[in-house]
Amino acid sequence: MRAILRRLAFYVLAAWSAVTLNFFLPRMLPGSALQAVLSSIRSAPITPDELHALEAEYGSGGKGLMSQYATYISNLLHGDLGTSTSKSVPVTDVLGADLPWTIGLIGTATVIAFVLGTFLGVLAGWRRGGLLDTLLPVATFFQAIPYYILAFLLLMTMGYLWQWFPLAGGYDITRDSTVTPGWNTGFIGSVADHGVLPVLTIVLASIAGWIIGMRNVMITTMDEDYVLVAAAKGLPRWRVVWVAARNAILPSISSLALSVSLIVTGSIVTEIVFSYPGLGLAINNATLDADYPLMQGILLCVTFAVLAVNFLADIVYVILDPRARREA
Amino acid sequence: MSVVGVATAEPAGNRARRRKSRVTKSPKIVVGAAILAFFVFIAIFGPTLAPHSASWQASNSSAFAQPPSAKFWLGTDRQQHDILSQVLSGGRSTMVIAFVAGIVASILSILFGVTAGYMGGLVDDVLSIIANIFLALPGLLILMVVMKPLPAGDTDNPILIGSVIALTAWAYGARVLRAQTLALRDQDYVESARIIGERRPRIIVSEILPNLLPILASSFIFTVIYGIGIYVVLSILGIINPAQASWGTMIQNAQGASAMISNDWWWYAPPALCVALLGIGLALLNFGIDEIVNPRVRSRKGSRRGVRFQLGLTPVVRAARPHAPSSPDTAAPVLEGES
Repeated sequence: MRAILRRLAFYVLAAWSAVTLNFFLPRMLPGSALQAVLSSIRSAPITPDELHALEAEYGSGGKGLMSQYATYISNLLHGDLGTSTSKSVPVTDVLGADLPWTIGLIGTATVIAFVLGTFLGVLAGWRRGGLLDTLLPVATFFQAIPYYILAFLLLMTMGYLWQWFPLAGGYDITRDSTVTPGWNTGFIGSVADHGVLPVLTIVLASIAGWIIGMRNVMITTMDEDYVLVAAAKGLPRWRVVWVAARNAILPSISSLALSVSLIVTGSIVTEIVFSYPGLGLAINNATLDADYPLMQGILLCVTFAVLAVNFLADIVYVILDPRARREA
Repeated sequence: MSVVGVATAEPAGNRARRRKSRVTKSPKIVVGAAILAFFVFIAIFGPTLAPHSASWQASNSSAFAQPPSAKFWLGTDRQQHDILSQVLSGGRSTMVIAFVAGIVASILSILFGVTAGYMGGLVDDVLSIIANIFLALPGLLILMVVMKPLPAGDTDNPILIGSVIALTAWAYGARVLRAQTLALRDQDYVESARIIGERRPRIIVSEILPNLLPILASSFIFTVIYGIGIYVVLSILGIINPAQASWGTMIQNAQGASAMISNDWWWYAPPALCVALLGIGLALLNFGIDEIVNPRVRSRKGSRRGVRFQLGLTPVVRAARPHAPSSPDTAAPVLEGES
């Protein structure tokens, strides 16, 4: 329990740093952020109230940095991330609409890549020098190709050339589409169909890391005495593998926490290539429109999500590994 | 990327000879280095070798992308730029930026990781927290927010762009270096250097750093791969608009002109494949280094014939086998591996 509390303290600190960074970033950049925001507002003329709110948020208006910071924090605590200048709706609304797509995409892809990769890694480590082991370099090819190029190649081949899967979007929105968003089979089928290529991109790009990580730890673990004892006791093969794998999986769980931000980065790129209606596409549009409130809101939201996943992974680690409990 | 065993002390000359032979024996390193050398060559001499300058146009009346021909080996884009010339001269900025990012990130990770690992205590706590925070921040998003408002002149400055990319990339290396420094700190030879009164900077530079080199090399290559990916993506997304054609901007142009729909594959395929191939070459190099440093992870195709790795047992190749003498190639890794 103390270990978890210690980690929690770290994450609170990290979250606060992210918020502070998020506050100072637009103020450190060349040019006035308020000017950029004002010049990019496309909606109807803004009311004096809104102007005051923007001034409070982005400086000028005669307030010091510290009081701006205080306003920013208090708005944040009230769940107010400002108003998107390109869409003229609260940033939280945009986040609410786009976040589920991103979570669904990353969640599905990461679970598939982690489970499948760990399983293949156990096999490759167990049968070192076997067929799977010699095929390993193929998996690493995909890992070395930048996400954008990989997504692009998949889009061109399976999407455009062979027309196996739809090219863009989260579900069918063409003119003759018959699906209506909601919990119906037509919509779910359409979402699954549209999700295949983005998910495949992320799985291909990240699975090699899990396979190799698991394989290398498996090889080390199999030399441990307790695995030898398990084999000497005459346990069936799969139980011996299970004993080794159960202990070898710990480093994979801690590297899951480490790589979440890399996976998020990759999935943002993937979303942009496939015009997938998640946060990645939203931040791309926001940068094109110089929509600073939205950019910052997404940045903050993604950072918090990454921190939350890290914290979850830490808790799982503490539950699985008694040594982590004792360290605290 | 994997846990690396602490190197055992050996006579220097002997070790150098062994390492050299292992380097040239590993096909991964040879192929990876060849690919990398090829692209370094293109980065240096590409612009000179290119038949035309990157902004040269074959004609200004036509608006059709010409497919590859004897005149234009890789065809032209819709503005009649020669694709081959653009590919040849577009690699330099990508390579320079990625390597600057790698170097700056390596320096930062040494500063943070080795210091934290060696000093321990409060210094370690503070530096580790900083590294962990940077690790959790989504780099690409921050770079998008930071680079968008940069004035045009700054986006042509490879040192600046590379350094900013490095700021989002050093934390992983710092973490790995810290863990390894912690392991090295209590080794006998470091202890003895401390006892005979060596100064702290000297111990770090001449006792600890040399043993971190393989990890450093690995994290350097990892950062370079990351830097290439990030720079290409940033230019494809139009976040940075370098004046010179780069692989990223070529793909951006092709995409903006819907080259995929009109099937102008020669327009976007060459730069995309260059990026992919460069990444693969670097990754091969990385795995080769990993296998030399950590022989246990090595897999040999030949091992199925003679040796079989089994639970906790060290496989041995019999020296004198009457009918099937094992080649030195198969025997060597096993003997070296179990030091």
